[in-house]
Amino acid sequence: MHGRVKIKSTAQQEEEKRKEKEKKLKAFVSARDAVLKKRSAGEHDEEALQLTRQLLSSNPDFATLWNYRREVLLHLETLREKDEVQKLYESELHFIEACLKVNPKSYGCWHHRTWVNTRLPQPDWTRELGLCDRCLSLDERNFHCWDYRRVVVKASGVSVEQELQFTDRLIGSNFSNYSSWHYRSTLLPQLHPQPAPDSAPNTSPSPTTSPQFHSHRVCEEQLLKEYELSHNAFFTDPNDQSAWFYYRWLLGRGVCVCVCLELLCICEDTSAHPMLCVCVCVYVCVCVCVCVCVAEREEMISCVYVSREGERVSVAFSKPVHAQSEGLMLVLDGQPQQVEWRSTHPRLRHSPVWLCDLPPGSISDMSNEHNLTIHWTEKHTHRDCALYTGCAESWCRDSATNLELFRSELSVEKSSVLQAELQSCNQLLELEPQNKWCLLTIILLMRALDPLGHEKETLAHFQTLKEVDPMRSTYYSDLCSKFLIENTILKMEYAEVRVFSLSNKNLTTLCHLDQLLFVTHINLSSNQLLRLPPHFAMLQCLEVLEADDNAIENLEGLYHLPKLEEVSLRNNQICKLSDLESLASCTKLTRLDLRGNPVHRTAHIESELSQLLPRVTALSL
Amino acid sequence: MFLLYFKTWRIPVLKICCVHFGYCVFKCVYFSVRHDIACHVTVCSFKMAAEDLPSQFDVVILGTGLTESVIAAACSRVGQSVLHLDRRNYYAGNWASFTFNGLLSWIEEYKNQQKVQITESEQVWRSLIDEGEDVVPLSSVDSSISNLEVFCYASEEEEKEEETKAPLTSCQPVNAETVSEETTGDSTEAQDTVTGDDTTASDAKTQNEEHEVSEPEEEQHTSDISEPSQSQEEKDSQPISSPADPPVEVEKKITYQKLVKEGRRFNIDLVSKLMYSRGALVDLLIKSNVSRYAEFKNIGRILTCRNGKVEQVPCSRADVFASKQLTVVEKRMLMKFLTFCLDFEQHPEEYQDYTEKPFREFLKNKKLTENLQDFVLHSIAMVTQQTLTEEGLKATQHFLRCLGRYGNTPFLFPLNGLGEIPQCFCRMCAVFGGIYCLRHSVQCLVVDKASNKVKAVIDTRGQKISCSHFVVEDSYIRDEQRQSTAYRQISRAVLITDRSVLPSESDQQISLVTIPPLESSAPAVRMVELCSSSMTCMPGTCAEERSKPAVLWVMYFNMRDTSALDSSSYSLPSNVHVCTGPDGSLGSDCSIKLAESVFHHILPDEEFCPPAPNPEDIIYDGDGPQAEGPGFDESVNTEAEEEGAAHEKNPSTEPAEMDSVADTTPSSEE
Repeated sequence: MHGRVKIKSTAQQEEEKRKEKEKKLKAFVSARDAVLKKRSAGEHDEEALQLTRQLLSSNPDFATLWNYRREVLLHLETLREKDEVQKLYESELHFIEACLKVNPKSYGCWHHRTWVNTRLPQPDWTRELGLCDRCLSLDERNFHCWDYRRVVVKASGVSVEQELQFTDRLIGSNFSNYSSWHYRSTLLPQLHPQPAPDSAPNTSPSPTTSPQFHSHRVCEEQLLKEYELSHNAFFTDPNDQSAWFYYRWLLGRGVCVCVCLELLCICEDTSAHPMLCVCVCVYVCVCVCVCVCVAEREEMISCVYVSREGERVSVAFSKPVHAQSEGLMLVLDGQPQQVEWRSTHPRLRHSPVWLCDLPPGSISDMSNEHNLTIHWTEKHTHRDCALYTGCAESWCRDSATNLELFRSELSVEKSSVLQAELQSCNQLLELEPQNKWCLLTIILLMRALDPLGHEKETLAHFQTLKEVDPMRSTYYSDLCSKFLIENTILKMEYAEVRVFSLSNKNLTTLCHLDQLLFVTHINLSSNQLLRLPPHFAMLQCLEVLEADDNAIENLEGLYHLPKLEEVSLRNNQICKLSDLESLASCTKLTRLDLRGNPVHRTAHIESELSQLLPRVTALSL
Repeated sequence: MFLLYFKTWRIPVLKICCVHFGYCVFKCVYFSVRHDIACHVTVCSFKMAAEDLPSQFDVVILGTGLTESVIAAACSRVGQSVLHLDRRNYYAGNWASFTFNGLLSWIEEYKNQQKVQITESEQVWRSLIDEGEDVVPLSSVDSSISNLEVFCYASEEEEKEEETKAPLTSCQPVNAETVSEETTGDSTEAQDTVTGDDTTASDAKTQNEEHEVSEPEEEQHTSDISEPSQSQEEKDSQPISSPADPPVEVEKKITYQKLVKEGRRFNIDLVSKLMYSRGALVDLLIKSNVSRYAEFKNIGRILTCRNGKVEQVPCSRADVFASKQLTVVEKRMLMKFLTFCLDFEQHPEEYQDYTEKPFREFLKNKKLTENLQDFVLHSIAMVTQQTLTEEGLKATQHFLRCLGRYGNTPFLFPLNGLGEIPQCFCRMCAVFGGIYCLRHSVQCLVVDKASNKVKAVIDTRGQKISCSHFVVEDSYIRDEQRQSTAYRQISRAVLITDRSVLPSESDQQISLVTIPPLESSAPAVRMVELCSSSMTCMPGTCAEERSKPAVLWVMYFNMRDTSALDSSSYSLPSNVHVCTGPDGSLGSDCSIKLAESVFHHILPDEEFCPPAPNPEDIIYDGDGPQAEGPGFDESVNTEAEEEGAAHEKNPSTEPAEMDSVADTTPSSEE
């Protein structure tokens, strides 16, 4: 029939494609072998460029070839005139552009491009910026391109205003973009710095303000605009995290320290941006850790405690340190003392609390008055403590209430602003009662404003959070425990007592134990604790511990507690005698209640126990 | 010369497209078969008078509107022999796009047609009718357009400087450049005056009152007609001053003279439609690979008019985020509502109580503010006050599903005007062997009395051509064959203005403007604002800072909307398939659906528009495979266009088949 178009059959097409593929593979392999041979022969010529070009344009992720190319280019550079070198590198840039079309996320390509620009006699940064814009318009989250763009911006000196407009544009087209929000958070403090550094509410006397100390602050006028921007984003899509993280950064803007209680490590990277750190925190916390964000807390000695009886000095720091390497010096009545610093538990290498024993007899006489000074030479700070006549112990400390310690995360804001933000979030919560980001932000805002006043609401919100986001319920429980402990510490200090009672609150974890240095009685009954962690050993004044009706199976933290006399651990999960071994180090322990623990089933338990803990006179099994 | 002009235009267009969206996988520099060229294609067919057309076809199609063109392409694609005719000298019928000058001649033609009632001589074809055959005559007059009025507000004076200016041809390349560069915001776009309080349009009102047609810009008149009609306005806008223009000129207003002179820069559509990016038309373009013949731009803004002010409608996530008119709570409400609409079927409990009630009430119940109700009802769902909830939800869902496929709004617009689309399908048809004749119609159908089926047609030159199916556009049907004559009329207007209704940073935006009715019973007015980078209007100049755009030129007319009719509305043989003209809706789904159903009627077992093969997979007899793209540019600008008989294309490329009818004739009877 006339006029009908004849089309190749599919089998025919398949076959052709297959042959084509085979041919290509063969060509690729032989070219690759040729290149590698040339390289090992040390040949640096045009032909090498040509060959690597062919290979890289089909597979730009072949790092060895890029390296070889750089060797060749460096060699050719020495042989040519300046303008020829310019041409050489410009053609290289064109080539990389073609490779980027093959794989816009090729590490090799972007790295090579950066390198070429450093070699280029006259780099054309405008064109490079254009390239980045084009790449980002195709994929706004291409982090290779973001990285490269930062290099370009730095080299070409684009103004901060322009860059801010650039983020405006990207956020406007799609606000689900961490890169743009984060970039914004680095630009704002440069463009709108907070005017006077002394306006910061934290009026700590320390002269050692680090240069970074105020660098994350933004002036209030701009801040209000940024709040509005993030409102727009999270009201438009409350499930998008990127705006919430940015918002959190706006509210807090503190240096963030993740304290990982399980691993006892500080994952603080001074170069890492706080916002990034928050992200890391959240993800880390989901697994095992509790995140503590400390808003620009300075490193200082927060407390010195001295006890005549044990002839022991305890020093608490504002954050975990390694005292042995920190140049800590103890001066007693003007006399420097040679003492051995140790942490409260051998497993704590970095610890907020350090101990030392004074030479025997140096302060044991009740009728003498002593003056102690702890010098922290590295941080140029010190703290005094006087032990008066007739006192068995003495301390000098900053109170948690004074320092607004636990408002930390969002503490730097004026409360009127925070109040307004809380209103906005509550408004959103009314519309979206199930939104976890909104709930979490409200909890943080409430804590920043008035942790005790909002305690009830906070607990209710935590309950909702656990329901709507069951995947993270353990994280919320831990966070809730942390807040409850903070609140109890505050209440305890307001009441000026040394009794810490937090029973029947569903605690899942213990934290801020360094704040409980002076507590003599602690009641943790009817919670969901699994262990008494090594940090528990910081409770140097503890006399009575009640921890009935938990699920404790590990007593590591009951270690060298010099005043501990009575321990009640009814209805827990202590299974083995060996779990109780650490108790042997508590020399004053006389009463121990272990009823309702699996351990009572162990054979000869009573005799074994009396052997392990000879001083315990009242043992209940 | 004309061709050359086109070439210079095309290249920047390609660039623009690449920037705007990566849609057409296969972009060819395609020489459009528009009406000027079509004239000369027609000359070819006249030349063939001595040789005649082949006397037998599977399908004869009369009318080159969208529906007919799609059917033609679909039939031809599966191997049917197709003869595609149009009595006009341009493609696309009422779907056509014209240059300004082309539009003026179209108006002329309309006026002449009103005066001259042609008396037809039936005798010519009497002799061709055999025993047992009956005749159904077709109408030779197109009555689908009525009440056409034109007003010119631009100064008609001759301008002396005009003559001293560089001749048109020489400045074209310059302007072509500006098309791709004009992204800076100092210029305003053209627009039209829609708001009732707009004084610039007020003189037009009085002059038009005697017509029963509603003027699109006067909302108070829209309900004059007995049946609800939808008024649509389309206005072509002209972004300002190309850098190449002498600065003196910037101070001048655009004159009528200039409009005429620059008339080729316009591609003015007779219908104002957009393409839903997940609508039937776009799906078909992609599925059939016809999309390779055209290029598209996405609509940049959706506007509405509220309290006398033109505002942007936030419809996508990014719009809602950026909107300054909405409070944060409204943003949440709107997003929540739109998210619900996306999969409203999953939550029947939400709307069940409202299925029998208007959508508007449902919106109220959802506690959307007045603002948001207006946005959703008029600009997103684009339904009336009376529309029921479920239909409203479906419309909203369709709108939302189209979002984000090719940009921030759900619509695409073909570069060079809507008239491109039927032509693309015609081209597809021609590629697969369809034969085209313009200015060539059918006088009557020859019906076999026994079977009551059309067996042949007699064309305007008295040739009897047999066919097994006959597809015809509604306007060719005589009133005698109609069972019902109740149509809706669509009021349309074309306004050429000097700037946009809502100037923005970029003057290269295509906008869809919906003006909600003043009274709840009246229909809404919908307007499409085009810009020069859509290749539909000339870059304009305007320096005076006026707060409102001025209308330079207006055309009002009514177009018959026959989309409600179906086969039972005509008393025609069963193998005659009537295609309706453009309907009043914004998309073209109705036409595509109709085309598909007609196709399945004709060929129940064939696939509708399967993907066309890649050019490299086509086996050519004799000469080796040749791609369709490359040959074009050269052939396009080297051919002398004045010689009407010349082929404008390289004969070895596919489109040549369109005008190489004569070559195929001898063998077609095999």
